[in-house]
Amino acid sequence: MVEKSVNVELETGLQARPAAQFVQEANRYSANLFLEKDGKKVNAKSIMGLMSLAITNGENITLIADGIDEEEAIHHLSSFVSNI
Amino acid sequence: MSIVRTKDLLKNFTLTLVAGEDGIHREIITSDISRPGIEMTGYFKYYPQERLQLIGRTEMAYFLDLTDEEKRDRASRLCTDITPGIVVSRGMEIPEILINAANESGVPILHSPRKTTRVISRLTNYLEAKFAPSTAIHGVLVDIYGVGVLITGQSGVGKSETALELVKRGHRLVADDSVEIRQEDYDSLIGNPPPLIEHLLEIRGLGIINVMTLFGAGSVRSHKKISFIINLEIWDQKKQYDRLGLDEDKMKIMDVELPKATIPVRPGRNLAVIIEVAAMNFRLKRMGVNAAEEFSERLTMMIEQESEGAE
Repeated sequence: MVEKSVNVELETGLQARPAAQFVQEANRYSANLFLEKDGKKVNAKSIMGLMSLAITNGENITLIADGIDEEEAIHHLSSFVSNI
Repeated sequence: MSIVRTKDLLKNFTLTLVAGEDGIHREIITSDISRPGIEMTGYFKYYPQERLQLIGRTEMAYFLDLTDEEKRDRASRLCTDITPGIVVSRGMEIPEILINAANESGVPILHSPRKTTRVISRLTNYLEAKFAPSTAIHGVLVDIYGVGVLITGQSGVGKSETALELVKRGHRLVADDSVEIRQEDYDSLIGNPPPLIEHLLEIRGLGIINVMTLFGAGSVRSHKKISFIINLEIWDQKKQYDRLGLDEDKMKIMDVELPKATIPVRPGRNLAVIIEVAAMNFRLKRMGVNAAEEFSERLTMMIEQESEGAE
């Protein structure tokens, strides 16, 4: 299991479209992926859970991955929220 | 668990702020409420100062019988710098001395027109709900024939689709994808949707749909006690699935153990019907009718008779 804390640099935060993109990317990995904000943990592969957190620009979130391709997944997803 | 401040009480109850406005941002850290009766006599050794204080008729009557000097002493010792507030019930008049002490130390005094026991139970209920341990679970919560069924399973296994079919059959959606669960008392779990995604359902290929506007107000619920967990998983050839239903599987969420059934998913299986029946069967079992057990007993009896006959 790997954990990484990242700052969300996406200008608009995780609005509906970027959130959908994020989930799409997350679903490419077989590892179990979670995202945590303010102690609330949701499945990063589920769009509704992700959107219920209403993640805004500049916020700190924790990505958690567990599975064979965990390193890769964490790396890819953290770069997704921290640039573009 | 959320932070509760004294101002939240003002917002949620018919309380009026009489004094100590500086302290309305004080945090309430426990759901226990203290009635400072013994303290009124001057015994402050075990004064639970971090609790909300409630002064009812008895405490007030005793307080009023004290001399002015004693009143000042008790009032100032009641109003510590961490006391989140003092509630005075029954709409009783609040003595000047208490108001002054509260203003000085910034302890809010809240005035309630209701009876003391009413105030206690309502405040306790409110605080207990706020302080209840909580968690979020990836799954769908549906009310099926009054049974709160939590459907869990891997992403993409068909939870939301099953929920849609269930709603179409007249059952009620509570939450899709992410269920906030809080524990009430020691034995019950209440699930509700995160406010932002209430009434919404996400279906692959359709996107986000609003169940309430599509199917009407009767198709949704704001919260529901969870009684049964159904775990959907892709059919695994090597795995043994329950064929009898004699043993009840369990799953623990926080401190509560709930019965759980694992249902394998395969194309062509109508999950909504299976889950609907599972919920009904669960109700039947709770009413004391257990088909699997009854059948097993009958079979055992038959075998015993046969073997006796053969002897």
